Amino acid sequence: MMKDKLSKTASSLPPSGIRKFFDIVTEMKDAISLGVGEPDFDTPWSIREEGIYSLEKGKTFYTSNSGLLELREAICAYQKRRLGLEYDYKEECLVTVGGSEGIDLALRAIINPGDDILIAEPCFVSYQPIVTLAGGNPISIPLQAKNEFRLTPEEIEEKVTPNTKAIMISFPTNPTGAVMRKEHLEAIAEVILKHDLIVISDEIYAELTYGGDHVSIASLPNMRERTIIINGFSKAYAMTGWRMGYVLAPKDVLDVMTIIHQYAIMCTPTTSQYAALEAANNCDDDVDMMKRAYNQRRRLMVEGFRNMGLECFEPEGAFYAFPSIKKTGLTSEEFATQLLYDQEVAVVPGTAFGECGEGFIRCSYAYSVDELKLALERIGIFVEKILNK
Amino acid sequence: MRIELLNTIKNNSKIDVKDLALMLDANEADIAKEISEMEKEKVICGYHTLINWDKTRTEKVTAVIEVKVTPQRGEGFDKIAERIYRFKEVASVYLMSGGFDLTVIIEGSTMKEVALFVGQKLAPQEAVLSTGTHFVLKKYKEYGVILEDEKHDERMVVTP
Repeated sequence: MMKDKLSKTASSLPPSGIRKFFDIVTEMKDAISLGVGEPDFDTPWSIREEGIYSLEKGKTFYTSNSGLLELREAICAYQKRRLGLEYDYKEECLVTVGGSEGIDLALRAIINPGDDILIAEPCFVSYQPIVTLAGGNPISIPLQAKNEFRLTPEEIEEKVTPNTKAIMISFPTNPTGAVMRKEHLEAIAEVILKHDLIVISDEIYAELTYGGDHVSIASLPNMRERTIIINGFSKAYAMTGWRMGYVLAPKDVLDVMTIIHQYAIMCTPTTSQYAALEAANNCDDDVDMMKRAYNQRRRLMVEGFRNMGLECFEPEGAFYAFPSIKKTGLTSEEFATQLLYDQEVAVVPGTAFGECGEGFIRCSYAYSVDELKLALERIGIFVEKILNK
Repeated sequence: MRIELLNTIKNNSKIDVKDLALMLDANEADIAKEISEMEKEKVICGYHTLINWDKTRTEKVTAVIEVKVTPQRGEGFDKIAERIYRFKEVASVYLMSGGFDLTVIIEGSTMKEVALFVGQKLAPQEAVLSTGTHFVLKKYKEYGVILEDEKHDERMVVTP
């Protein structure tokens, strides 16, 4: 009965490409999964301890819709200290349920029916569906391996139309590990300004930038007033399950986002906010330690793929490698499925992140060195088999 | 590079030189040379194995002893510390600030064995004024490793 009365938009959303693999891998008890999208570290104990302490103290009531004032202050101080960005904690910062809610709010705050939203792909699985749910038209910009999956001005020019309201970018990127340095951002900023676009910049992996500091597009001239930054605690502080994100944006758009957030969510979990306060104030060392560990494993992984004859551009951010499996002649899904059954190693087919992910696989290096080496060994055996056929 | 190398092998000395070179973005020969030099300089003093003896059938007892000494003229505490650490039963000796002078850690098979050692070999030392023996009842954490932790990967197997 319900089936006929469902929202057409919601029921037409395709199931996540991740889900299918999740179901198969869960059945295999001894499979090594390189398919996770979260850190292997536990949330640093001092952060967990603060969360527990806040519960003991009975801090279990709603907070202000925008989030604890002291948390927003700490977030803005952290942004200035670590990433060089200055935002007013009273008027330009909103605490959200993960970066995911931030993305949802940003889109719902700016989209009018008929608006086109450009999305640089391959990208996080939720961008397209959330644009659709918000009433917009998602337009994919397929990035290319030859540009190290960086966005170029020409690629934007090719897809922009008079209906284009905004462009969504995410650097460092899930799934490619690509990073845009200052010169790359400057090049696309020109086109963005020319077409008067809003930028939604998902910077959740900002801290995990290797070989140089993260640069936000909002730091470039004339970009701050048109950029909505999405960030959070999930990746940098290993706080994925706490659901702690935040948005930094100019007051006029942030006010609208706050209203939506007020009605839909009221406030993010209070316990998580107190834990995040400790994180933002006192855990720079923990972030640095985790980043160093990822950096070491990154090099191991990339070399591992190159040694088995697969092309793998060097990812400079996040904790994913995105090697090409085109040489094997298999599609991404065929490769991932056959690898899983043959060697019990799970990787995610690049197509789960956009059609232009065809020919690639996403492999996470959020694992110990020993596990990574074992996984690479098994993948190597499989690749050799296929290449020799 | 030396400090980063030390921090990397601190908790896992079994990583081979080839992997260390990749992880630290250096070349293998440099890494091998650095390790060799640190061994000669006694910056790296050993590659011991951290064992939880409680999980074996072997009886082992650890005691932490607070020792007050009379420092020797012209030699300070070093001479008496040496007389103590030369014993094979003595696992560690530290010079301390505060209410006593030396922490001595002894390992033996039984409490009686340790107590006899303290009574017969340690306390009677000329420079030793007094000893206070404390037996370790349970080890929770040692050298940065939580001993009782059964670490399982609880993450969902595939996530976006």
